[in-house]
Amino acid sequence: MARNKEALLLLIDVGPSMHNVLPVIERVCSTLIEKKLIYGKYDEVGVVLFGTQDTKNELTNEVGGYEHVVVLRNLGVVDADILETLQPLPRGTCSGDFLDAIIVGMDMLIKKYGETNKGKKRLCLITNAQCPIKDPYEGTKEDQVTIIADQMTARGMRMESIAVRGRIGAEANQRVMEENDRLLNIFSKRTRAKLVHVESPISLFGALKTRNISPVTIFRGELEVSPKMKIKVWVYKKTSEEKIPTLKKYSDRAPPTDKFATHEVKVDYQYKRVEEPDSFVPPEQRIKGYRYGPQVVPISSAEWDAVKFKPEKGVKLLGFTDAGNILRHYYMKDVNIFIPEPGNTRAILAVSALARAMKEANKVAIVRCVWRQGQGNVVVGVLTPNISDRENIPDSFYFNVLPFAEDVREFQFPSFSNFPASWQPTEQQQEVTDNFVQMFDLALPGKEEALLPDLTPNPVLERFYRSLEMKSNNPDAAVPPLDETLKKITEADPELLSHNNSALDEFRRAFELKENPKLKKSARRLLREKPSGSNEREEHALIPVQSANHNTNEATSSLKIEKVGDITPVQDFEAMISRRDSPIWVDKAIMNMKNKIFDLVEDSYNGDNYPKAVECLVALRKACILEQEPKQFNDFLRYLCKFCKEKKLGSFHDFLASKELTLITKTEAADSEVTEDEARSFVVKSEPM
Amino acid sequence: MELDPDDIFRDEDDDPDNDFYEEPDLQMDFPTSDFLTFHRISRPDSGFDLGFFICQHWQEDDKDETHFHIALSCISQSLKTQIINRSYDEVAICFFNTREKKNLQDLNGIYVFNVADRDDIDRPTARLIKEFDLVEESFTKEIGSKYGIVSGSRENSLYNAIWVAQALLRKGSAKTADKRILLFTNEDDPFGSFKGASKIDMTKTTLQRAEDARGLGISIELLPLGRPEEEFNVSLFYAGLIGLEGDELAQFIPSAGQKLEDMKDQLRKRMFTKRIVRKINFSIANGLSIELDSYALIRPTVPVLFFELGNDFFSSEWYLSCPIDSMQTERSFFCADTGAVLQESTKRVQIYKNKTVKLSVDELSEIKRVAPGNLCLLGFKLLSCLKDYHNLRPSTFLFPSDEDIIGSTRLFIALHRSMLRLERFAVAFYGSTSRPQLVALVAQEEVIKGGGQVEPPGLHMIYLPYSDDIRDIEELHSDSNVAAPSANEEQIKKAAALMKRIDLKEFSVCQFANPALQRHYAVLQALALEEDEIPEIKDETVPDEEGMSRPGVVKSLEEFKLAVYGENYDEENDHEKASEASKKRKATAELAAKEAANYDWGELADNGKLKDLTVAELKYYLTAHNLPVAGKKEALISRILTHMGK
Repeated sequence: MARNKEALLLLIDVGPSMHNVLPVIERVCSTLIEKKLIYGKYDEVGVVLFGTQDTKNELTNEVGGYEHVVVLRNLGVVDADILETLQPLPRGTCSGDFLDAIIVGMDMLIKKYGETNKGKKRLCLITNAQCPIKDPYEGTKEDQVTIIADQMTARGMRMESIAVRGRIGAEANQRVMEENDRLLNIFSKRTRAKLVHVESPISLFGALKTRNISPVTIFRGELEVSPKMKIKVWVYKKTSEEKIPTLKKYSDRAPPTDKFATHEVKVDYQYKRVEEPDSFVPPEQRIKGYRYGPQVVPISSAEWDAVKFKPEKGVKLLGFTDAGNILRHYYMKDVNIFIPEPGNTRAILAVSALARAMKEANKVAIVRCVWRQGQGNVVVGVLTPNISDRENIPDSFYFNVLPFAEDVREFQFPSFSNFPASWQPTEQQQEVTDNFVQMFDLALPGKEEALLPDLTPNPVLERFYRSLEMKSNNPDAAVPPLDETLKKITEADPELLSHNNSALDEFRRAFELKENPKLKKSARRLLREKPSGSNEREEHALIPVQSANHNTNEATSSLKIEKVGDITPVQDFEAMISRRDSPIWVDKAIMNMKNKIFDLVEDSYNGDNYPKAVECLVALRKACILEQEPKQFNDFLRYLCKFCKEKKLGSFHDFLASKELTLITKTEAADSEVTEDEARSFVVKSEPM
Repeated sequence: MELDPDDIFRDEDDDPDNDFYEEPDLQMDFPTSDFLTFHRISRPDSGFDLGFFICQHWQEDDKDETHFHIALSCISQSLKTQIINRSYDEVAICFFNTREKKNLQDLNGIYVFNVADRDDIDRPTARLIKEFDLVEESFTKEIGSKYGIVSGSRENSLYNAIWVAQALLRKGSAKTADKRILLFTNEDDPFGSFKGASKIDMTKTTLQRAEDARGLGISIELLPLGRPEEEFNVSLFYAGLIGLEGDELAQFIPSAGQKLEDMKDQLRKRMFTKRIVRKINFSIANGLSIELDSYALIRPTVPVLFFELGNDFFSSEWYLSCPIDSMQTERSFFCADTGAVLQESTKRVQIYKNKTVKLSVDELSEIKRVAPGNLCLLGFKLLSCLKDYHNLRPSTFLFPSDEDIIGSTRLFIALHRSMLRLERFAVAFYGSTSRPQLVALVAQEEVIKGGGQVEPPGLHMIYLPYSDDIRDIEELHSDSNVAAPSANEEQIKKAAALMKRIDLKEFSVCQFANPALQRHYAVLQALALEEDEIPEIKDETVPDEEGMSRPGVVKSLEEFKLAVYGENYDEENDHEKASEASKKRKATAELAAKEAANYDWGELADNGKLKDLTVAELKYYLTAHNLPVAGKKEALISRILTHMGK
């Protein structure tokens, strides 16, 4: 743990021009602390503010100067108190000098750690860099920054600078900003520092790395162009999904008095033969079985080790090919990066020459990789060039895994040209769509690319850590709503929409969409029949249709009901009418239900079946409205009444009337020919009987 | 009033319009279990393929024996492939012109081959394949052959064979199953020995029989085995039987030969049914939304691990007779404190700030529900904005559907076309319940090669990483004050020349079979069929050494090497620098070996005194014997004991 201990200093500009973005900064810094409380419990964190009214730092006491820089929290092991100091951040009144803050921060790090903790000392500067920094006593600002940057390198510090600009940055002096950018860039060039410009709250949120991960190589060795020409490379993961932590299952069975209860839940798998349900296979006797046709073939791990595929470790080039031969959607997994062995000039040159030649000719390389000795499979993937635009960063390759022949499923789809003419867009529609696609642009030149993956944070993670924090203070706290800033990731930007209103309206007018009336299947029914108390959002929930596991599909819908039975006629009927495997079920269900109701009325003794019959009628009525079959219901109801009249079963009428059950009207279902008046009189008319 | 649920299917067998042969459905519908579920195997509920091999046995002479052998090995190969690729397909094997008879109709000259515990037409099993492989040896004794169709006799074994096949293929409806008869023969004129009216009569009844079978949705394919000196003349009789006309006739023989070859070496590859994964509501702008179906076109195939079984079950040959369904697994939860059996627990905990914070499963899913569960368009970007590292998982394919919302397809086509024309992709938010995330929708034009669709038209949904998922590896070593030179013109030129030399012109992404998976299938087959040898699998992914050693390639390689590494490049030198760590390792090993010699390990082990040694001392032994040194003391001791064979 301690080996990877990180010391982080947050240098936050709280000057007046920063006030509008401070709420976002508070949130992102909180997320960072919340993550550290789980993943980096021994990390140390400090907070330095600048642009404040006050001055409070050791340097000003020692040598003077460094005004308007406040050490809000000294470096110390991360704890919950920091969260409170961050929320809210005090608003400053002065313009801050970011260089002063950097020097104060460096001083704190040096005093605390000296030469130790190399490479784990990190400064995070968040500023809009709109205020000019003070002129040094001697030399130029550039000289001063250069000296500081070199010191940083010497002391093994890293720095991230986030410059808030554009839409969310305030109006400012262009010259000052350019100068400050130039100064900040010196850091990137001379030391391990990164400068990011952000123009939106979302990218401000995404720009700060909230979790510190020490990358490890998955391969160190040679990229073998041929047996005689090898290049030394290191391979890392470039992308890797950050998930919410795996939570433990909790058992509340232990008595509350037991202070040493672990509350853990253990999971056990048992394997049994169906004929002998009491048989139990102890773990040490279990061996793996693989499917072969309808049977299982057992293979013990020793047997398997002896015969399995054992490739030699190594990365070998198979050849080059046109980039166009590798379509983007064939990338299979998260991405790796091949960098030349650090400090090895020859390797750097070799990779650079290949990468640049590939870039020029628009080629990619195909390689075969076995990362570790003893790995049971090979990976075939594609190397694409990644040309560096910074002097101290060498060129590299991105590596994406490609599918094998077995991984590609050759499903056939109809050609668009084979679709009927009514499905083809007209020329006018096409034109409107072209315009729409062009106008609805997220990456306009001269502006920040919106929703750039590199600067877009995961809203679920933020929400999870915030929930955790709230729950830790109050176990009954409800899940907080999604942060307003992050909500914009999940929806179209209203500003973009309003900007392109005309293009959008035109586009919407050009296409007519309507629900398919012929198909009244459970897809829509399922939506409508959600319990009304459920979350509003669930209404839009995805409908898993023919989900990959058709087993579950069958189990969950249990729609194998083929007739309306005696015990639960309403449920049977509803299940039947929701069946989707064939359109006949709707008609069949209605027909079945009618018979059932008929039987109930006919077999009734002193009206004992009437409540059940009416229950069925209500269900039938509802379904006929949903399925837009009003005629079926209306005809049946009329027929039923006539039947009762003939058989002198008038009491059923009265019962119907008392339940206010009547014909389906035009307002309820468009296809109905029954007016409201007619429906009302239907009940009344029957009454004299 | 009650409708019979089967009623709607009842008449189709007699439906004269239902002629499958007119439109041979080669895109078969195979059910498969979901490859993600390891513990439960789903049963087929939709279509399956019914195959029927008919194999003629011929008069005993050397040349014909070879034909019979070809037919048998062809069937055997194709069974071995089928059991992996489409194990829910059912199959029957039948010989005709046999001495013995074995069939339900008790017809002469027909022998339906089968093994115990299996219907005549059923899924292939290991036992079927195994015994079928042995059939050639015992054929003369057990089944024997007799040329059935001779003048003077009223027997017509070909007619009988089709009849038996048709009876077996009654199983399953023609709607859900693709029914085929594959007929192997080397006799191009089965009624050659007949004369006059009886020949016409025999031919006519047989053709009528075949016609009836086709009427029932059964297609008949002929696999003729011709002799080199005497070509199989399909027009003599079989053209009528399989319904060949005009031009098809001329192309038949070459294509049949190809088919025979294809059957022999088909790639073992599990087939998946085309299936909609989800129906997705794609909301484009204020209230305008269309309907899409999603499909998984590319997913890594892994061997289907069924479960771990008790090894005592395998003392006998049970697995050859014990189907999967007879096994089940149970998962149970226990409270670690009380040992009580729990229902699936819904509480989860995370240690946070030294407190145990409880979250319910419902709360967790609420946290993940950051957007309505549909796909929401956010805007468009130029394709160049989609970087190579913007990837996390295999993509998902989207295709429009007008099933619920009419007009979806039209709008989709328009968008698709515009995106292709303007070279843009769409950015959207996909609110799935498991991981809501940003996706790139990349339009793919339809690609047709050699008459087949290589790339279907539609949108590919590419899952984009968040900033939390992207690592700044490039900058990781940027403080190692070494300048990072980039290559000069000359070096790039040499690299370009090399690239031209080793260019894979016809490369296609799925040209390689996965050697590990193919090996797995081969091992599985060898074990299931108790074959002595594991079939050799060619690893197609190794570099083309022959090509690499061509003079042109070697020359450009040398030039490139010279350009980037310089003349005095010395690999030894390079090695030495890098091997400092290995030197150290070597030194430790030597030391360990020396130290280890000071102990009498055998005696220590026998007297149970190993536990009295320190971990450091134990590690001397392990290091000296090149064993792993990881683990707790007990693990180290047991490793030492195992190594000594005690």
